[in-house]
Amino acid sequence: MILGLNLDKIIPKIKIKFLTFAALFSKINILKAFSMVNRLIFSFLFSVIFSFFASASSEAPNASSSDDTTAKAKPSSHSEANRPATSHDAHSKTFDPVGLIMHHIADANEFHVLGHTSMPLPVIIYNKDKKNWFTTMSSAFHAYHGEGTVDVHGYKMEQSRIHPLDGSQIIDFSITKNVFGMLLGLILLLIVFFLVSRAYSNRVNEVPKGFQSLMEPLIQFVAHDIAKENIGKNYLKFVPFLVCIFFFILINNLLGLIPIFPGSANISGNISFTFALGFLAFIMINVFAKKDYWGHIFVMPGVPKALLLILTPIEVMGIFIKPIALMLRLFGNITGGHIAILSIASMVFILGNVGKSIGGSIGGGIIAIPLLIFVNAMELFVAFLQAYVFTLLTSIFIGIAQEEHSHADHH
Amino acid sequence: MTAIAAIGCGLSALGAGIGIGMIGGKAMEGIARQPEASGEIRGAMIIMAALVEGAALIAIIFSFLSKG
Repeated sequence: MILGLNLDKIIPKIKIKFLTFAALFSKINILKAFSMVNRLIFSFLFSVIFSFFASASSEAPNASSSDDTTAKAKPSSHSEANRPATSHDAHSKTFDPVGLIMHHIADANEFHVLGHTSMPLPVIIYNKDKKNWFTTMSSAFHAYHGEGTVDVHGYKMEQSRIHPLDGSQIIDFSITKNVFGMLLGLILLLIVFFLVSRAYSNRVNEVPKGFQSLMEPLIQFVAHDIAKENIGKNYLKFVPFLVCIFFFILINNLLGLIPIFPGSANISGNISFTFALGFLAFIMINVFAKKDYWGHIFVMPGVPKALLLILTPIEVMGIFIKPIALMLRLFGNITGGHIAILSIASMVFILGNVGKSIGGSIGGGIIAIPLLIFVNAMELFVAFLQAYVFTLLTSIFIGIAQEEHSHADHH
Repeated sequence: MTAIAAIGCGLSALGAGIGIGMIGGKAMEGIARQPEASGEIRGAMIIMAALVEGAALIAIIFSFLSKG
């Protein structure tokens, strides 16, 4: 109870802070303050400023590498907007949108913040051939004041990933960008849910307040509209799993949409992440399945014996295809969204000819920014939709596995 | 190879577009005929659209892979 008393004192303070934040936001209310014309002018100015800074920052690396005489002699050796993407070939001549996008989509051993700054993350590597562990921080791979990367203990950093120099087999246990983002999402979820559950135990039978009023409809939605509708009578056993999976996918989707530092990792667009979720769904579907489910897979009632030779393999394949489809759907949707957003943002650099033509980059900015806002809004919807669809399909599959037929209604 | 991957990508988008369009159109018709069932129809529509979209996305992933 000592712990409980402490929390009781702390939580009202946090709540008051939340309330003051909410009051601030409702007072400012940007949309009301700007009329239509003001908004147009504002967005135009914003695009101009954005494109100017974007093209200026793409020229910055060139200035710092001016000790290289060839860079001055050939004006075409402007380097790209994104340094880490091409640190291995720092003098390639044009902007490479595919390289930039693929670098963003892929996992990384460091978290790129802005310009040359990146957040160092722990590197934990098990070398299978040498049978030893290698641990360091990813900042060890950066040259002290220079551009490129240095080799450390027989490992090199290429495109923000660590590779062994001698090509030996490694297992990477590092806290990578995606793992970091995932842990961040986890902490946010824990804070939110502990606040909400504490509020429920403190204010029994009262009207929900603050964060409660945000979370209650969502949890009700998952528990009743998704789980109860599709699973049937013993749905309560699966509600914790479904609520977990819904909010975990949702928070990671939303974190991925934040374009600046703590977000922006392509977490739920990572095939390992979605594989883990699909595997959990596979376990939940099959481990708790009822007898009739296996009966319908191996010996379908009311089907001729000869036909079972064809039907049984198809049904057995179906067990595995369901979670694989879940896995690929989430992966494809989120990765596709990230690619769409980044390729539109790349238009500024393509049209601006990598900072050489300011007019082109401003024009690109004016085209790109309304499109970007549209695609981002679309992705916000997709973030919710995919969390919903994953949870919904999982609960439908669980519902199929939970069904029990009486012998009368064999079809 | 890149061109073939791009064509495959486009074809899968075309197929998914036709599929989702038909689902949406039929759902609209259903809602217009029976407005009281709009909630259920909308739910079923989203599920079916997600399933169709899944097929298209798998095709797009394969076209990515073939591009190397």
